[in-house]
Amino acid sequence: MQKIATREAYGKALVELGTGNPDIVVLDADLAKSTRTIEFKKRFPHRFFDLGVAEANMVGTAAGLAAAGKIPFCSTFAVFAAGRAFDQIRQSVAYPRLNVKIAASHAGITVGEDGASHQSVEDVALMRVLPNMTVFVPADAVETAGAVRAAVDIDGPVYIRLGRAGVPVLHGDDFKFVPGQAVTLRQGLDATIIASGFMVGQALQAADLLAAEGIEAGVLNIHTIKPLDVQAVVDAAQRTGFIVTAEEHSIIGGLGSAVAETLAEHYPVPMLRVGLQDVFGESGRPDELLQKYGLTPDDIVNAVQKLL
Amino acid sequence: MEKIVAELTEKAREIRRHIVRMVAEAGSGHPGGSLSAADIVTALYFNQMRLDPVRPDWPDRDRFVLSKGHAAPVLYAALAERGYFPVAELSTLRKLGSRLQGHPDMRKLPGVEMSTGSLGQGLSAANGMALAARLDGRDYRVYALLGDGECQEGQVWEAAMAAAHYALENLTAIVDFNGLQIDGPVSEVMSTEPLPDKWRAFGWHVLEIDGHDFGQILPALEKARSAGGRPTAIVARTVKGKGVSFMEHGVDWHGVAPKGDQVAQALAELA
Repeated sequence: MQKIATREAYGKALVELGTGNPDIVVLDADLAKSTRTIEFKKRFPHRFFDLGVAEANMVGTAAGLAAAGKIPFCSTFAVFAAGRAFDQIRQSVAYPRLNVKIAASHAGITVGEDGASHQSVEDVALMRVLPNMTVFVPADAVETAGAVRAAVDIDGPVYIRLGRAGVPVLHGDDFKFVPGQAVTLRQGLDATIIASGFMVGQALQAADLLAAEGIEAGVLNIHTIKPLDVQAVVDAAQRTGFIVTAEEHSIIGGLGSAVAETLAEHYPVPMLRVGLQDVFGESGRPDELLQKYGLTPDDIVNAVQKLL
Repeated sequence: MEKIVAELTEKAREIRRHIVRMVAEAGSGHPGGSLSAADIVTALYFNQMRLDPVRPDWPDRDRFVLSKGHAAPVLYAALAERGYFPVAELSTLRKLGSRLQGHPDMRKLPGVEMSTGSLGQGLSAANGMALAARLDGRDYRVYALLGDGECQEGQVWEAAMAAAHYALENLTAIVDFNGLQIDGPVSEVMSTEPLPDKWRAFGWHVLEIDGHDFGQILPALEKARSAGGRPTAIVARTVKGKGVSFMEHGVDWHGVAPKGDQVAQALAELA
């Protein structure tokens, strides 16, 4: 299966959208080669602003550009965007509901060798809690292109979580990205795995493993963490009686929390959350880290079997 | 010039009266740093800035960002006097349902260009507006007002570096240098001196003035219009609480509202 990193798809989508929309401007904080905003920089140098290693000022500058009618995309690593510039995102973007898009790459532990300082396991929690913020975690290149397009259409703050590692392309070109609408990737009446981002591919592999044992697990892909597709989550709980969530993020505050909150209020069923168990990552190859921190297809299978 | 200065002086006195009344009515707020900035804000809104209060979203308007957002009363008073909303609404400051939030909210009140209150963030937003003007080929100017205590925030210097790097000559930052912050004199809490040299070192065109003398404020703002590819920083020496004798130089009047006889005395002094 073809693999493309979501950050690569982001860089490409920016150029495509930037061609038709002169209001789109792009800001980066000395990571243009890594976040792939360099593609936009090459094509539209006068609409690209490198702010240097100064994320707080980058986000504030984007707020000013948005206040003057531009559609700024800010990019850096997720750990610096959501973490270091949190107060700027809160005060200068989310509170005034300005039209700023934060596209943060290198999220999660698949960053690998750089280690915990560069592995964001809390960004979704930080962005999800902010009023006015939409949060996208696209699972593949096609969803990323859709998320970037949707972000341009939304008049307000949007956070897009992107990864460093290549991920399988799950959708054909006819896929329609609808914000807030979960995507059923696999039907199954015995169990439901709800996954986002990088973990969607892992969830599909887990479903294959389960099928080999005669267990039909459905896979629900949540590319929009906020606003959450409450109906799809409740329907899945009603259909299969329990839920396993899978995310490359702390189990606190992200997808697992969002699903748990929803089920607790609407249709409580047993659930388990696969993700970082309230710990930071460390240096290592992505596959080693996924193994050590319990984010493999086997870990998802084990969670399903515990609840069966 | 004399006539202009006389008119601005009277307007600034009116704005100071509004500040005292609205903060007293609210029972809380920040009179000291509002009064220190009153002459600068008056010069901007009643002499320098290109504005149309009937069209607060006019694309070619000049922009003012109150980075020291706690001085909201001085901004509200200027906007009301300029006709953005009824003067009577000033008495709703800080009350439930009011458009006049404790710190400026751009989504609630016409004329407010940026929501501020968390110190150190306004200059970055002003940079973004100045960049947008360039992208759009518009000739509007952008002004940001900062406190000297606020200059302790690291983000101010990130923004200062970027404004010079991008040669934002359509940007003017004014530092309301009243020398006092909540915990005491800035020089004792965390010195920001030599402040003009810091802005110079960051590549700015720097002017030092008395921030209560229109004879210095107006020429400085004019000079800022032709700074030769550099943003301009005007370091304006001011007196915290200016115009109300018992508030002047008083660190305790940073965030305390006057009461009863104090209000009467303050208004009498500003009559």
